[in-house]
Amino acid sequence: MLPPNPDPVLNQPITPALVKKHGLLPDEYEKVREHLGREPTLTELGIFSVMWSEHCSYKNTRPLLRGFPTEKRGATANFGRVLVKAGEENAGIIDVGDGWAIAFKIESHNHPSAIEPFEGAATGVGGIIRDIFTMGARPVLLTNSLRFGELDSPVTKRLLRGVVAGIAHYGNCVGVPTVGGDVYFDRSYEGNPLVNALCLGTLRHDQIRRGKATGLGNPVYYVGAATGRDGLGGAAFASKELSAESASDRPAVQKGDPFMEKLLIEACLEMMAVPGLVVGIQDMGAAGLTCSTCETASRGGAGIEIELDRVPQRESGMNSYEVMLSESQERMLVIVQLGREREIESVFEKWDLHAANVGTVTDTGRMVVRQHGTVVADIPTSALTDGAPVYQREARRPAYLDETSIWTPEGAGLPDLDLAGAQAALRALLSHPTIASKRWIYRQYDHMVQHGTVVLPGSDAGVVRLRLGESEKFIAISNDCNGRYCYLNPHRGALIAMVECLRNLVCAGATPLAMTDNLNFGNPYKPENFYQLKECVRGLAEACQFFDVPVVGGNVSLYNESPDGAIDPTPTVSVVGFIEKEEHITRQFVRAPGARLVLLGGAPAELGGSQFLGIVHGKKTGDAPAVDLPAEKRLQDFLLAQIRAGLVGAAHDLSEGGLMVALSEMLFGPDRVGAAADLSGLAAPRLDALLFGESQGRVLVAVAADDEAAVLAAAKAAGVAADGIGSSTGDGKLSVRTALGELAWPVSELRHGWESSIETAMKRPGLS
Amino acid sequence: MNIAVLQFPGSNCDQDAYHLFATGLGVPTRYVWHKERSLGETDLVVIPGGFAYGDYLRCGAIARFSPIMGAVHEYAGKGGLVFGICNGFQILCEAGLLPGALIRNRSLEYRCLTCDLAVEDAGPVFNTAALGRRIRLPIGHGEGNYRIDAAGRASLETNRQVLLRYVENPNGSQGDIAGVRNEEGNVFGMMPHPDRAFERFHPSRDGLAVVRTILSARFPKMIRRSA
Amino acid sequence: MKIKVFVTPKKNVLDPQGAAVGHALESLGLKGLKGTRVGKVIELDLEASDSAEFRGRLDKLCRDLLSNPVIEDYHYEIAGA
Repeated sequence: MLPPNPDPVLNQPITPALVKKHGLLPDEYEKVREHLGREPTLTELGIFSVMWSEHCSYKNTRPLLRGFPTEKRGATANFGRVLVKAGEENAGIIDVGDGWAIAFKIESHNHPSAIEPFEGAATGVGGIIRDIFTMGARPVLLTNSLRFGELDSPVTKRLLRGVVAGIAHYGNCVGVPTVGGDVYFDRSYEGNPLVNALCLGTLRHDQIRRGKATGLGNPVYYVGAATGRDGLGGAAFASKELSAESASDRPAVQKGDPFMEKLLIEACLEMMAVPGLVVGIQDMGAAGLTCSTCETASRGGAGIEIELDRVPQRESGMNSYEVMLSESQERMLVIVQLGREREIESVFEKWDLHAANVGTVTDTGRMVVRQHGTVVADIPTSALTDGAPVYQREARRPAYLDETSIWTPEGAGLPDLDLAGAQAALRALLSHPTIASKRWIYRQYDHMVQHGTVVLPGSDAGVVRLRLGESEKFIAISNDCNGRYCYLNPHRGALIAMVECLRNLVCAGATPLAMTDNLNFGNPYKPENFYQLKECVRGLAEACQFFDVPVVGGNVSLYNESPDGAIDPTPTVSVVGFIEKEEHITRQFVRAPGARLVLLGGAPAELGGSQFLGIVHGKKTGDAPAVDLPAEKRLQDFLLAQIRAGLVGAAHDLSEGGLMVALSEMLFGPDRVGAAADLSGLAAPRLDALLFGESQGRVLVAVAADDEAAVLAAAKAAGVAADGIGSSTGDGKLSVRTALGELAWPVSELRHGWESSIETAMKRPGLS
Repeated sequence: MNIAVLQFPGSNCDQDAYHLFATGLGVPTRYVWHKERSLGETDLVVIPGGFAYGDYLRCGAIARFSPIMGAVHEYAGKGGLVFGICNGFQILCEAGLLPGALIRNRSLEYRCLTCDLAVEDAGPVFNTAALGRRIRLPIGHGEGNYRIDAAGRASLETNRQVLLRYVENPNGSQGDIAGVRNEEGNVFGMMPHPDRAFERFHPSRDGLAVVRTILSARFPKMIRRSA
Repeated sequence: MKIKVFVTPKKNVLDPQGAAVGHALESLGLKGLKGTRVGKVIELDLEASDSAEFRGRLDKLCRDLLSNPVIEDYHYEIAGA
């Protein structure tokens, strides 16, 4: 048994109720006792509860995640090898040639953002940035995927305002541009907003650092902000029982300090540039000190001893439970080469940051924590990491799928659109917040700092110029996931998340390189939810395998649900692509009259899961649109070849809102252009499906009039359906001929509805 | 010629400012850490954008007391060229080297977008002959709302100290003022970012003309090169 | 000695935050609101004795750092000297 804890409050007996409060099942608690050979102390109970939580241990999802490919088949010695694989470290790293690499990952901060949207989102950004620079990379871009309930509710407005302001506050201050992302507004996210933040950084191969504690006797340094009681209000242990401090002093949500993080980035990169100084480094994220100490020790196959009295603390009287579980932000753990302590201290002195020697690397394989001269925790590190339980949850196909998957517009007798209906429908779709311009959001993000953003937010994919020493390279990045498709067909919806992301990259002129994913689902103990999770992962893995896009890292967020039910299954995907040459960079906007518009991929007729069905008919049903992976590949390869041949003026993939929305969006660029299209030649049993159906595998391109014939012929040869559907004009109108008759809209009117929708919804009286 | 780019804790556009001069103009450029007390020999001191000291208390309020600022005051007092961009402009105003103050955008929101700017005839260096009537530069700020009292404003206008005005005011600045110079004509400040308007892929490359124009105060030949 | 320094926007300076807060209060039902200004309080806890000289120094610090006289006013309260 360990001696009594210096804080008498921590010396109470551990009851079954206390174990349950810590989120541990009775047999999990038994395992804890087995690992220790005795009862745990309260501090140790807190440590196990956090390391064995879903968030840290992935206990309900680990078996599923093994299905992802983590290496790139098509990599060569000179390009594309995965250098740090998913699951090994804080972020994965992939080679981009010439001795350079990129590190990137996406992570969620959903539940904190529901409680406190500003700080929840801000600290989410802070956390993912740390995961990147802890690998030795300089953060160069951020993106995010956001999901909210419908925008007409005051709660959603408050969440949107707070989340966007929080992301802006943190990202802008820290000096990393937010260059893209995606946002959906859907009832299923009511009360359970999703905030997934991605960061990407650049580094040379020789700058890669790992979160490993090795080298017997090496000092363990704590750098960054001081530790307070952040995050403990949400702890399992009721605040009254924890200490004499009142509950109001203990914030349930962490507060971020981007200025501190900026200093930390610079100090850490400076420190890591000193050869041989840094043996290992890890950021303190969830359950800060606990997670970083045992994970680094575990990875290094070593042990670690920590002296809590030496941990910089900004509040008085913190006991060992509080110090170990605090979620204070902007802190890193650094394993330093013995004898070189002065070097790390002087770097942090320059930046006016704490650098405290708080422990030592041992060879015992145990994590030993002391406070006030007493051992308060003594745990084998492997028990906390590899020893975490793993479960195979039960999956059961949800009953609703029996009904939704067989729904068709014909079967349901859904009346088709007439011309007046079609006129109104396009306006309604373009001004729906999910489809409408997100400018209100991204103009609050600094998307230009680091002077390398080539394609600004608003196009299919963000494109950034990486400055790599004296040379430069161009990458594209896109985030995607249509949760509605995943609800209606989890496996296929996940396939679509991937193929849509890949189409977006190819439209920008990029070859897909690697991906990261954030799985956002409900309670995994409900078999229907677990079925969705399992099927979505199966779909993602299948697409990754087919397109040779390895997963380099990711995150899982479960329990996104309220008493009314879970969110739509939302496996957010973000793929990074590589652009060979600057001249290949393509945007989605038509720039001048006289261009020919070509629809690639045909016009199959489906309405399942479409925004049209939801917005105009109020239905969320049907099967997700069909997906043909080989056809997607043919389309991607063909489009990329045409782009590289210089034949594509603009390219835009078809997604929410189908053909008419995509065509409209191509006209909303910097230039005032219209379009005249003739769809009467396309086989289309239904007008609504032709105009607004969300069939996959389709892209609209604008080509020079002289090139149209060649492009159509090349498409035929490549096995890609291609139809010339019209031209861009200078008459300010969007006119469309259909079998039923003519449709026409003034572009400025469509554009106004699209541009002003979210801005109008978010307007506050008296402010401009 | 050499350019000195100051670095404060929290400056995050220092690399952008560096590359504007080093890569865009191709002139020798170096960083000066805020704890230094001497600038060394320099032809232009650039105070870059960012969030020096986290913008705590007020933007630039703490940075103006950094050790290096003593040297900057002395250098400016002797007629040396100083150029503050965004946070740099805020720091120069707090330091009293430029008139006025910058407060929160009227919308209370950060704004990142490219602006059309009307060039003012602000003396022998910065004028429409050098830059044309209009230029385009990106802004990226939450506190770019320029304020000055009535007397100060009258003085600015009479002495032609306003450099640029927003064509569509994005932040509520009085008089649509986007940038000013001091009365003596050696200290310049603006909220828009020339350091985001020089690469071939930037929406505008007018940043190069802007810095050439400012440098022409010291190197008259700069202005004749094509942008 | 505990000092509270109050920093407020000058009367004739635009205060967008004040305006926003005022509107929000009105939308929550507050009637008769004639004006709202948002400022800040800086609390200092220090060992010193009150004197004319000390106050002179404090005034200078308030003018140089804690407030920007171009756009802000300040005043302070001293307790427990």
